Amino acid sequence: MKAKIIITPKKAVLDPQGKTVQNALEHMGYQGVAAVHVGKYLEIELNGADKERARTQLDEACHRFLSNPVIEDYRLEIE
Amino acid sequence: MNFVILQFPASNCDQDAVHAVRLLGHSARLLWHKENSLGDAHAVIVPGGFSYGDYLRCGAIARFSPVMQAVKQFADNGGLVLGICNGFQVLTEAGLLPGALIRNRSLQFRCEHIFLETLAADSPFSNQIPAGKLLRVPIAHGEGCYFADAETLATLKSKNRILWRYVNAASEATDTANPNGSLENIAGICNERRNVAGLMPHPERACEPLLGSADGRLIFESMIAVFENRSKAQAA
Repeated sequence: MKAKIIITPKKAVLDPQGKTVQNALEHMGYQGVAAVHVGKYLEIELNGADKERARTQLDEACHRFLSNPVIEDYRLEIE
Repeated sequence: MNFVILQFPASNCDQDAVHAVRLLGHSARLLWHKENSLGDAHAVIVPGGFSYGDYLRCGAIARFSPVMQAVKQFADNGGLVLGICNGFQVLTEAGLLPGALIRNRSLQFRCEHIFLETLAADSPFSNQIPAGKLLRVPIAHGEGCYFADAETLATLKSKNRILWRYVNAASEATDTANPNGSLENIAGICNERRNVAGLMPHPERACEPLLGSADGRLIFESMIAVFENRSKAQAA
């Protein structure tokens, strides 16, 4: 099993990195970019086959450690 | 007074903090992050640096160090804890202080002297700072932009828990005086009980005129004054 975790800055949090990438895209001539959000991507390889158990554990880990709920949102997928 | 200064892998302002405390005539002891007792500490300094290479998020790994469990307990018992720069980040990640420190608005690592205005002089970290006195101290960080949600910010303000903010030489909290984009120019805060504080600037690097400023001493002298008053009260 593999877990994929995508962590992005919360909408209310200043994201200067995203803004800078957006500006660069515009300078390069790419049009229609409304916003860019730069985050993190984690891949976690898991032993075992119990998806639900893995989800519960990783959900807790995301909340306690892998993301900071003050400034970040996360999305967890298990496949 | 016994100061304990924590040492994580990649702490790099620990020796500066030791030097500052000894300069003021007090005892400073380094404590490796794997230790789980603070011993005879009267105050703890969580120093600056890049603990654990800033992996994942600044301070995110350091907070799980055994020594941080002892620091939590020490703080719960009313002990004085000061987090400087990366130490401030560690204290927010550990939940000892609210909010978070994120990437500077400019995306630049800023290394310069700034001015700090003291907003609350009734804390153990600011009681020796004369009214109206601006502190000239250095900053050196890439992720010092203070963020907290609206509710947290309102509480910090209403309880006078914002200890310092960035201002210009005329004491104005302008946008250009804000080196990192912090909400309301916030440079340092304390917890509800006022025994745990964190700030991004480096008072320990501004304790002697040779270094350009001795204003940082006032923060350590405030902590020392609290300790000496407590000792006198106990002796009486």
